[in-house]
Amino acid sequence: MNLLTDIFLAKAAFIGAVFAITLGIAAYSTYFERKIAAFMQDRIGPDRAGPFGILQPLADAVKMFMKEDFIPANSNKWLFIAGPCLSMLTALMTSAVVPFGDTVTVGGVTFDLQGIDVNIGILWVFGIVSLGVYGILIGGWASNNKYSLLGAIRAASQNISYELAMGMAIIAILLFTGSLSTKAIVEGQQNGHWNIFYQPLGFLIFIICAFAECNRTPFDLPECETELIGGYHTEYSSMKLGFYLFAEYINMFISGAVMATLYFGGYDYPGIDFVTAQFGSTVAGFVGMGALIGKALIFVFIFMWVRWTLPRFRYDQLMGLGWSGLIPLSMYNVVVTAFGILIGKPFTAGIVGFLLLIGGMVVYDQLFVKKKIA
Amino acid sequence: MKLSNRTKVMEQGEMTLAERMYLPAIVGGMATTLKHFFSKPVTIRYPEQQRYLGPIFRGHHILKKDSEGAERCTACGLCAVACPAEAISMVAEERKPGEEKLYREEKYAKVYEINMLRCIFCGLCEEACPKEAIFLRHDQMVPVFSSRDEVIYGKDKLVEHMDQRYLRDGWK
Repeated sequence: MNLLTDIFLAKAAFIGAVFAITLGIAAYSTYFERKIAAFMQDRIGPDRAGPFGILQPLADAVKMFMKEDFIPANSNKWLFIAGPCLSMLTALMTSAVVPFGDTVTVGGVTFDLQGIDVNIGILWVFGIVSLGVYGILIGGWASNNKYSLLGAIRAASQNISYELAMGMAIIAILLFTGSLSTKAIVEGQQNGHWNIFYQPLGFLIFIICAFAECNRTPFDLPECETELIGGYHTEYSSMKLGFYLFAEYINMFISGAVMATLYFGGYDYPGIDFVTAQFGSTVAGFVGMGALIGKALIFVFIFMWVRWTLPRFRYDQLMGLGWSGLIPLSMYNVVVTAFGILIGKPFTAGIVGFLLLIGGMVVYDQLFVKKKIA
Repeated sequence: MKLSNRTKVMEQGEMTLAERMYLPAIVGGMATTLKHFFSKPVTIRYPEQQRYLGPIFRGHHILKKDSEGAERCTACGLCAVACPAEAISMVAEERKPGEEKLYREEKYAKVYEINMLRCIFCGLCEEACPKEAIFLRHDQMVPVFSSRDEVIYGKDKLVEHMDQRYLRDGWK
């Protein structure tokens, strides 16, 4: 009984820590978003609030809270409030199954650095991410505004389209691991056998879909200012708008963590055996947690880097890329992976499959596509 | 025959394979932004850092004194005539015996006022002045004012102080 209480407390402390880390990183993502944007445009960025502007997220939060919390007269009041809450809820729930580290022992209690190790871990991530679109859809519909509704519809159709390709990309991973548990997927990649080396094409598909799922540029059509004012959050103000924006940054961090888990070995890092031998498995576990968060932050940087480089797609281009580009590609990837596992050489099969794809496209291009007249 | 023979016919044919795949162009674009990420920002943090505006910037007006410390202005009124915004007004006075150290000529400006709301900083007063008395200094701007009675600058704000004389870069 005592042991049970200890494990419960340790889990509660860990979940609280993950919660705090996620929120902190999301808050500072807003700061780094602005800084990175500024650096990429040869500017300095926010530098007035505190040294180097590091208090800027606090100032932004105070601003958000102080603004008038306005609910339009003809909106559906309860759904209008439920929209941002749902967005925030689903954004925070995803991190429950991400394995942040290996087993550690603190104060005589041994527990996993993971919220819950369920055997349907990846399905959980997918389920919650799919629910995430409800926040946007409800918010956009409840605003009773055509722009908001258009943004919400765009968000819904975009997320559904890209979830298909994303699921297919993950099926190839599941073929390797034979398990839906995120922990098992990470354990299958220990000692440098990261899935990215076996699944370069799958990773490419997954990261593109992750951009679309997070509604980030070049797939930020649901909230594009030039066409739809603010998209689904046109009518939102104050902290409700803050929740929507915050949920986006949380989603970025979590999807970075999921990508690190699926393709970059999760909490694996070079020299893990050395650290375990020198300092014990607990220290190694916490270093692994740092490694996972570091990998996730690199992905957050890539998200921002792409945002400040690319313009957004036109809507028909977006749908074309999703349905006739990524889904066939991911099907091809599944077939190649399955073939590789069948003949027992997944690495060779992955590389050969990738080269065959490029070669096939070049040949098709040479034979069937009309050339420019030089 | 075209007008200039420099017309360039643009090809609008099918895109090449690399163009249709987006990815090479995306990688190229990301390389460009990464290059700028590490390059030096061009921002000047204005109130703390100020940029050198050149030796002929037309800023705050100054009524020069000569090397003995006597005011050069003789209140001829040419600056007021030249001023397109009619910002300058003055009252002339005859120099009394014993004031030779104070005023260079026999006549001087008892009151010399510039309305800084009217002034357009064109520098025509400086060009009109036959005695090289009025200049628009390059190193100092007229400060922002918040009420209308701060707008008219009299001799107290315009006449040069001998302990911090104004020197333009070209005069040295």
